[in-house]
Amino acid sequence: MKIVVCIKQVPDTTQVKIDPQTNTLVREGVQSIVNPFDVYAIEEAVRLKERFGGTVTVITMGPPQAENVLREAVTVGADDAVLVSDRAFAGSDTLATGYTLAMAIKKLGNVDMIICGKQASDGDTAQVGPGIATQLDLPQVTYVNKIEDIKDGHAVMHRMTEEGYEVVQTSMPCLITVVKEINEPRLPSLKGKMKAKSVQIKSMKAIDLDVEDNRLGLTGSPTWVSKIFTPPPRPKGEIFEGEASETTTKLVGVLKDHLKG
Amino acid sequence: MLDYLLTDEQKMIRDLCRQITDEKIRPVAAKYDESQEFPWDVVKVMADADIGGLYIEQKYGGMGGGIMELVIAAEEFSKGCGGIALCFAATALGTLPIILFGNEDQKQKYLPDIASGKKIAAFGITEPAAGSDASAMQTTADLKGDHYVLNGMQHFITNGGDAETYVVIAMTDKSKGARGASAFILEKGMKGFTFGKKEDKMGIRASSTRELIFTDCKVPKENLLGKEGMGFVITMKTFDKSRPGIGAQAVGIAQGALDEAVKYARQRHQFGRSISSFQGIQFMLADMATEVEAARALVYSCARMIDSGAKDYSQYSAMCKLFASEMAMKVTTDAVQIFGGYGYIKEYPVEKYMRDAKITQIYEGTSQIQKNVIGLSLIKEALKK
Repeated sequence: MKIVVCIKQVPDTTQVKIDPQTNTLVREGVQSIVNPFDVYAIEEAVRLKERFGGTVTVITMGPPQAENVLREAVTVGADDAVLVSDRAFAGSDTLATGYTLAMAIKKLGNVDMIICGKQASDGDTAQVGPGIATQLDLPQVTYVNKIEDIKDGHAVMHRMTEEGYEVVQTSMPCLITVVKEINEPRLPSLKGKMKAKSVQIKSMKAIDLDVEDNRLGLTGSPTWVSKIFTPPPRPKGEIFEGEASETTTKLVGVLKDHLKG
Repeated sequence: MLDYLLTDEQKMIRDLCRQITDEKIRPVAAKYDESQEFPWDVVKVMADADIGGLYIEQKYGGMGGGIMELVIAAEEFSKGCGGIALCFAATALGTLPIILFGNEDQKQKYLPDIASGKKIAAFGITEPAAGSDASAMQTTADLKGDHYVLNGMQHFITNGGDAETYVVIAMTDKSKGARGASAFILEKGMKGFTFGKKEDKMGIRASSTRELIFTDCKVPKENLLGKEGMGFVITMKTFDKSRPGIGAQAVGIAQGALDEAVKYARQRHQFGRSISSFQGIQFMLADMATEVEAARALVYSCARMIDSGAKDYSQYSAMCKLFASEMAMKVTTDAVQIFGGYGYIKEYPVEKYMRDAKITQIYEGTSQIQKNVIGLSLIKEALKK
């Protein structure tokens, strides 16, 4: 089974700073890590490899420094790593990113399963995974918290919902996004760390992909962030004191005024 | 810590072992100290991280390192818990005789499972009446056809009952005294090989210590390690290589206690200021840190000498174990002193370091036995001149 895991390099901080001019993330001086949700995707891929055999390829789109997160994935069991990097990809929104990654995965060929984290911790859109599936015309299962079985070209899995979970059977190849309940990621191994040091990172540029240039980067991005702001803290609620009958009458009066207002 | 010019690979080992210690050992150290259960979950983490094979040749599935790599790992784990670290270090003690004296068949059969971490190992020589004087041992092994029959009892065996692979010393010819001992590889589950009581210890409580009982235990002839009569030579050569591991355990325990003491001294306020501002405390911390570093330097130097292929290193191996274990006892006692009353209660971590440190002065040869080894070496060298 050939598994591809899409990962993203994100800033390692809870206090993400936004550039007020461009409304994009300030990345300078902030250490980068593997998007926390993607760590579960890598772990699940490695577990599937251990259960059913096969290979795990990690892929990321980003600047050359994103190589570090690919190497980190190798320390915990990924076999190959692909860096999709080109100036032409700069400024991609989720549509252009999904398109570019989909074309890169297509280039890898014969992929049985694509695994993504449910969303990235910086953008929080949860759109790129489903976007890749759409571009490749693959079935997609989002918010997976358990993979029950894979056989005869089908996979059975549990998909988390707000009320409980759904058991979904899908044909393969397919794309899934996973939630953190799916597993407990392992620590790196020594052999993995040594392999990560020497592993050859495969590089893909725009010219290596069968892409339409106008669908890449800023040109290929119909959405842009017009403003990012921190919402003001919620004002304190009004507290009515006194007897129950008294406060109830007061409350109903205030609510009525609000409705009129 | 001084820069010991570790190789990139050694730094990688240190960082990984540190990560295991911080994420998987420290959070459970107090729990296992209290319950005395065997820390299988942590042993599994070590196995998955390829730590089991650090000092085993690559052709048997190991990482191809030596004593230096073993020492780095033992020290890092011991910073978190000397008992859990011992599950790893005692496996090394049970494995070294096979690495040093095993034939190809024995190595092929036993080393890969230890390297992968699937099995842990143990070494057995101590008996109730034979501690420092190992030649007083009573366990016998009689050759009967194609197997030896072992009878007797050993005690205080680290990893006893939990290990799968054992190297056990027994007398094949009592009339020859020390030259009549031989070494055997035993497997858990062999008929007539059972385990007695588990000891309730002062420290290193996460590590198991049990009796090994041999009742007409049939051991195949091919499980003899080396030749008949080599039992004590094998033991001495094994200890010469394993003692830096105990030195490293002592350094790790002491470093762990020192780190806690520095942290506490900065937090604790008396007479209106942090106690770390008092020279009395600073001098104590300075002495502790200097001694820890000196012991580490001695342990690392000895480990590197062994790995360089040197022949005559038993006195240095004894020195590093002696110095580091005496240092650890002193430093951990001082750490408790800096904590004052809080140091004496189990809610704080330093009393455990002090209890764990004590054993390093006792096992794999007491401090006094180390001095015997060093003294004898000095006299032998003087005679050669």
